[in-house]
Amino acid sequence: MKDKFDYFIKTENNKWEVIIGLEVHAQVTSKSKLFSSSSTKFGEKPNTQVSLVDSAFPGMLPVINKFCIEQAVKTGLGLNAKINLRSIFDRKNYFYADLPAGYQISQYKNPIVGEGSVTLDMPYGTKKVGIERLHLEQDAGKSIHDLSPDNTFVDLNRSGVALMEIVSKPDLRSPDEVNSYVKKLRTIMRYLGTCDGNMQEGSLRADVNVSVRKEGEKAFGTRCEIKNVNSIKFMEMAIESEAKRQVELLESGKKIIQETRLFDTKKNETRSMRSKEEAHDYRYFPDPDLLPLEIKQSFVDDLKNKLPELPDKKKERFINKFKLTPYEANVLISENNISEYFEEVIKTADIKLAKNWIIVELFAVLNDKNLDIKDSPVSSKNLANLVNSISSGEISGKIAKKVFELMVQSGDEPSKIIQDKGLQQQSDPKKLQKIVQKVLEKNLDKITQYKAGKEKLYGFFVGEVMKASSGKANPKLVNDILKKELKK
Amino acid sequence: MRTFLLYQRLLIKMNDLNNISLSEIIKLVKSKKISSLELANHFINNIKKGKKLNSFITTCFDQTINDSKNFDKKQNFDGLLPGIPIAVKDLFCTKNIKTTAGSKILENFVPTYESTVTSNLWKEGAILLGKLNCDEFAMGSSNETSFFGNVLNPLENNLVPGGSSGGSATALTASLTPATIGTDTGGSIRQPASFTGTVGLKPTYGLCSRWGIVAFASSLDQAGPMTKNVEDCALMLEAMSGYDKKDSTSINRKKENYSKNLKRSIKGIKIGIPKEYRVDNMPKEIEQLWKNGIDILKKSGAKIIDISLPHTKYALPTYYIVAPAEASSNLARYDGIKYGYRSKKGNNLIEMYEHTRAEGFGDEVKRRVLIGTYVLSSGYYDAYYLKAQKVRKLIKGDFDNSFKEIDAILTPSTPSSAFKIGEKANDPISMYLNDIFTVPVNLAGLPAISIPAGKDHKGYPLGLQLISKELEEQKILNIAFAMEKEIDFKQTLNRWWE
Repeated sequence: MKDKFDYFIKTENNKWEVIIGLEVHAQVTSKSKLFSSSSTKFGEKPNTQVSLVDSAFPGMLPVINKFCIEQAVKTGLGLNAKINLRSIFDRKNYFYADLPAGYQISQYKNPIVGEGSVTLDMPYGTKKVGIERLHLEQDAGKSIHDLSPDNTFVDLNRSGVALMEIVSKPDLRSPDEVNSYVKKLRTIMRYLGTCDGNMQEGSLRADVNVSVRKEGEKAFGTRCEIKNVNSIKFMEMAIESEAKRQVELLESGKKIIQETRLFDTKKNETRSMRSKEEAHDYRYFPDPDLLPLEIKQSFVDDLKNKLPELPDKKKERFINKFKLTPYEANVLISENNISEYFEEVIKTADIKLAKNWIIVELFAVLNDKNLDIKDSPVSSKNLANLVNSISSGEISGKIAKKVFELMVQSGDEPSKIIQDKGLQQQSDPKKLQKIVQKVLEKNLDKITQYKAGKEKLYGFFVGEVMKASSGKANPKLVNDILKKELKK
Repeated sequence: MRTFLLYQRLLIKMNDLNNISLSEIIKLVKSKKISSLELANHFINNIKKGKKLNSFITTCFDQTINDSKNFDKKQNFDGLLPGIPIAVKDLFCTKNIKTTAGSKILENFVPTYESTVTSNLWKEGAILLGKLNCDEFAMGSSNETSFFGNVLNPLENNLVPGGSSGGSATALTASLTPATIGTDTGGSIRQPASFTGTVGLKPTYGLCSRWGIVAFASSLDQAGPMTKNVEDCALMLEAMSGYDKKDSTSINRKKENYSKNLKRSIKGIKIGIPKEYRVDNMPKEIEQLWKNGIDILKKSGAKIIDISLPHTKYALPTYYIVAPAEASSNLARYDGIKYGYRSKKGNNLIEMYEHTRAEGFGDEVKRRVLIGTYVLSSGYYDAYYLKAQKVRKLIKGDFDNSFKEIDAILTPSTPSSAFKIGEKANDPISMYLNDIFTVPVNLAGLPAISIPAGKDHKGYPLGLQLISKELEEQKILNIAFAMEKEIDFKQTLNRWWE
């Protein structure tokens, strides 16, 4: 980890700063679509979740889904943003086979959410990224070109699904910051339950605006927009390759042309999609089928009052109350499910032990098995019991790892495993005394060496005692007895 | 008893169902003097004999007969329109019945759903006779832009019935349906009503649900009744209107009993006469008609007040920016992908779009899509669309101001009587000018009714328009009801098309 920001494209003579702004398209978590009652369920058979409105039959009219408005407002509140009590839905007109009406209903000049901000935790400190706006819009359908050599198929299941477009200010300066920003947005929205952030299902995708300028320059360079990048990794790759391309152009005395580009993930390069001149004229105008959307302050206040504790607040609480490091707090708040699990465990168990067990042992298992914490084979209750067994001295930390392994395999309670396998710690001083004596008797030569000053051998004696007790000996007691015996 | 009933039925035939109003027909049904099936057969027969008028795009006689038989079996007279066969403009989506919007691009489109407004009619006991011709996507003032051809005005061969609800106006006037519904985006109900000597009302924007109506310009479109008299108009409005949660622009309020509350009341009412509606080159006959209307109101005890609606002259240009802009976007869905016409030509998606829309849309629709696309384009948006929206607010403001001191406004419905087929077909501007008195009302979202008020020297009918502030339909219905009695408009048709 670097403690100082250092992302520049360095060339022989120059140091170039990369300026990035993101338009994130987040699918609103909602059972039905933005303007119709069709289901939004993912992965259903093509064209089975399509109403007459979604397929733009003559005379069909959109009716706003109130729940989606709530979701957008909640997200806006989560982004510390201004909620606009009056917003307007516009038509964005263009022809495409998967756009049944020939226009997308979106918000152009008057979005539902205005300026806000998101705070990132970077290794070099916190960084505030400005949010320009958030607006609601419909998704289009899907054109499928690879099912037939002569035909394109259209699936309208996605047509009309609600999206939030979250536009950042050009405040991001590196792929790392973009990574952190997208993850933070996702965390906030998952806390709020407004977007599941599932990138495989296309619930979160982004258009990435990139420009470069020499370090110290004030004015922004000409930017290019990379359309529809659907994973954080690809966003990082696309930014790097696009920034390099721009620097190369500028250093060879050429100009950047403002245009829309696509990222080719196989070739790891961006290529031109259309220039500014070829840009669509979307002929935006207010949708006459919908009245301006007017919400009351009390509607916003109600939602505000019902808002869950958000990641930044929770992090602060974890640091102050549980004495976690910022890193630990970040890890534990990254998902609501994780922080809930953690708080559940520490209701009965020691915080210091618990956080380590979760961050190190549990996460390793979950990562390995590609599981969400809510599907963890080790329940929060069982982990708490395990931690308590360590605290009480019933088992050692080392044995605990063995127990944990068995818990992962069986899902059983730790007490049952300890019992069944006879893994309780050996804490009977008399029994331990006997073991120690046996070990010492076998190693008289080593005692002589030890007493002659080879103190390193102490560890050897401890190891032998542990071995002889199959690892179950209480280390503290072993220490006490051993020290006493060796002094004799 | 039996002989007496038979005698009564004979009387009805003699009375001729063609010459009585919807309300009278309903009385006959309720008193069991005529069955729904007999009514259905009567209108089906008229429709068959009226083919020359070309007012129907689709008929569904089997269904009509079936529904009327079912009605007669159940004999439930609770609805406002018990067992009444009715044809509707082909802009209303009707379940399992082809809905074309007068366009080739929807030539074979069969909806799986029923528009809210038509469902409201069926809930009140009405039965569908068929779908009425109209200008393509309701864009036109003469019904000449329909892919399915011109509609003839029953008054005279070669005369347009007006538009875009031209098929509705003709079918009503020729008694191919006892009443009907149309849509009005810039005058599409009131102008054809005026051209055919019938009553047409455009309700307050949001009073009738737009759900299931093929959209032209969403912020202006409103469905409304077209009838032979004011009483029928109140009844139909009551039946078709009402809040609908499926339309976000629908007004959430209690349904009104327009027919029950209908009364001839003018006394003490204040009527505004806007000076800006005295346009250049307005025919003397229309000025005279207007004056007669004023005199009638005065005589009946109304107070006449001169008012000014200073931004009126900007209404037409504003309309021809706002309406095409919305249309250009609303019609983007007709792309050959999901339903409707698709051209066989083209080697890729873009070419398929181009051929489909070039072949599927008529000239007037293309013209408006082009205008709309242009005015919304970046660089032009502020100068056209945004400015038009600002002017629209000023126009609305004019009305709001004047309604502080008056109850309703009286104007002519149209600047001329019905014209000949082809007369204006190649001159879109002069065609657009036809809507000069009706368009401001749509821009302001207000209700307005056109009632027949006289004839010109050729014997063609002329209408007067009454405008009120939002949701005061009852007020203009009542004034119109009173004026109707005084005017006593009569029109005899020789049924030349039969």
